[in-house]
Amino acid sequence: MADPILEIRGLSKSFGALKATDDVTLDLRPGEIHALIGPNGAGKSTLIKQVTGEIAPDAGEVRLSGRSLAGIDAAGRARLGMARSFQVSSVAAEFTVMQNVVLAAQGASGVTFRFFRPVMRDEGLAGRARDCIAQAGLSGREAVPAAELAHGERRKLEIAMALALEPRVFLLDEPMAGMGSEGATALGDLLDRLRHRAPILLVEHDMDAVFRLSDRISVLVYGRVVATGTPDEIRGNAEVQRVYLGEEA
Amino acid sequence: MSPVEQIPAAGSEPMAAAPARPSRATLVNAALGLGLLAFGLGAWAMGEVFMVTLATKVAILAIAGAGLNLVLGYGGLVSFGHAAYFGLGGYTAGILAHHALNYTPLFEWPFLFEGTTSMPVIWLTAMVIGALAAAAIGALSLRTTGVYFIMITLAFGQMIFYFAISWPAYGGEDGLPIYVRNGFPGLDTLDPLHFFGLVWAVLMAVLGGIAMLARSRFGLALQAARQNRQRLMAVGIRPGGVLLTAFVISGAITALAGALYADLNRFVSPSMLSWHLSGELLVFLILGGTGRLFAPLAGAGLYIALEHLLGGVSDHWQFFFGLLLLAVVLFARGGVIGFLAGGKRHG
Ligand SMILES: Nc1ncnc2c1ncn2[C@@H]1O[C@H](COP(=O)(O)OP(=O)(O)O)[C@@H](O)[C@H]1O
Ligand SMILES: [Mg+2]
Repeated sequence: MADPILEIRGLSKSFGALKATDDVTLDLRPGEIHALIGPNGAGKSTLIKQVTGEIAPDAGEVRLSGRSLAGIDAAGRARLGMARSFQVSSVAAEFTVMQNVVLAAQGASGVTFRFFRPVMRDEGLAGRARDCIAQAGLSGREAVPAAELAHGERRKLEIAMALALEPRVFLLDEPMAGMGSEGATALGDLLDRLRHRAPILLVEHDMDAVFRLSDRISVLVYGRVVATGTPDEIRGNAEVQRVYLGEEA
Repeated sequence: MSPVEQIPAAGSEPMAAAPARPSRATLVNAALGLGLLAFGLGAWAMGEVFMVTLATKVAILAIAGAGLNLVLGYGGLVSFGHAAYFGLGGYTAGILAHHALNYTPLFEWPFLFEGTTSMPVIWLTAMVIGALAAAAIGALSLRTTGVYFIMITLAFGQMIFYFAISWPAYGGEDGLPIYVRNGFPGLDTLDPLHFFGLVWAVLMAVLGGIAMLARSRFGLALQAARQNRQRLMAVGIRPGGVLLTAFVISGAITALAGALYADLNRFVSPSMLSWHLSGELLVFLILGGTGRLFAPLAGAGLYIALEHLLGGVSDHWQFFFGLLLLAVVLFARGGVIGFLAGGKRHG
């Protein structure tokens, strides 16, 4: 089997007495969608934030292509190709779609301290941005301010920004939340294509999408991984049935 | 979803694509810039020297406000201490001229320096000092956000203010006169028209420079830092360095304005460092339309005009001015330029 691109090893994080992440170990292999499911408050977002470097774990480590990320902050990790979307859409609201994606392409280029040439006329960045916008299905909306986008479009904008980062892994925190079923299906198809660009760690509550798209699923309960396996294995897992799927289905 | 969104094309605002014909914002900006020039020239033609001086004052305060606008309007940092850079620029001009005019060397090591009365040298020195002060103050202040940032910048401003008051070498509380206005090659700076023209040109150069910055890679990151620092980090750009750089450039611009102001009045005093001035600069931007390129000119122009007109009618003109400010904040968030040009503050 190919070496994992992302490895999470023995990660733990407590908020006071609350163990939000409890000795989590999992990995992400080339071309796969690895879904992370679990009830609200299980610690899924907290886990993602430790992977992206937004919060520091108490113990354990995260490796990208075999390299430890200890001591690298969120910006540094983004530049290494960790592309994430937020549970609550997080974009520059006053910027247009195009400006947002150019910003991401600029971040990936690693060159920000340039003061003279107009960035929007930088064909390298702009061409890249248009490409990513098209792939995310937002063509024609380039000039619209992000604040005026519909909810689903804003999620696509986050995907376009992730694409512009030249991703090595995608970390997507509930990308389908709040989307209608049609939008969710379209986004699912998009994710199915993106996995070949970079593997996806997918936090998602839409169980149809999770079971349709995922190669593997990990179930998180009270910060602990209680099971990891293929969709069929997870479906057949008695403990998962009891603690999670049972109450949802 | 409406298929076609009408984006206000804002030619001189940051980020806008080149418009086919001048947008309303461009026209408003041109009217403001040329209006000030016409006012100065007209006043001179009619022999109204005081009015020329008033126009010069507007231009200088607009430069100071433009410095603040870079961090406040584009970067979202509410600095309540920009008088520090204004005053440091003023004292730079005053001290350099003082030594040159009194034939007392400023320092003798590592080389003999007797001060200078050359504006270009003074400007450069003032900008370097403003930049250094902003680098130090910014590096400490940027660890905080929100109200704490406002308070810490105010505190640094007050520290420098009290230092100037208590340091007797350069006049202390009484301030420091500049007996002869400093010189600029090829101009007679004592001629009000020459000095006004020079200051107007500096203002246009500063605004042009800020427009360029706003459209650059740096400007894109700076404006993103105002809107969403978390997102900026997530695309691999650290907001801290971007904001500090903007703060340093801002300090240099405001210090340049301070040096010009010292030459306008031929006098420097601690009042240039007082928090009132920091507040006035903020007011210019709120009045003009925070984040608009020409907001500092619109705001400073309106402020000085009202001070002149209302001040003649009532000693309590600031009360009526306060009402106006309240109206702008409540009903016209885009300030004068937002009202005239419409659209959003950023193209
Ligand atoms: N910064 C924080 N401080 C304290 N508690 C937190 C913090 N962030 C998350 N938590 C808690 O950690 C637990 C896991 O939260 P989260 O990771 O957001 O769960 P999920 O994304 O799985 O719904 C929750 O109980 C939440 O209240
Ligand atoms: Mg969550």
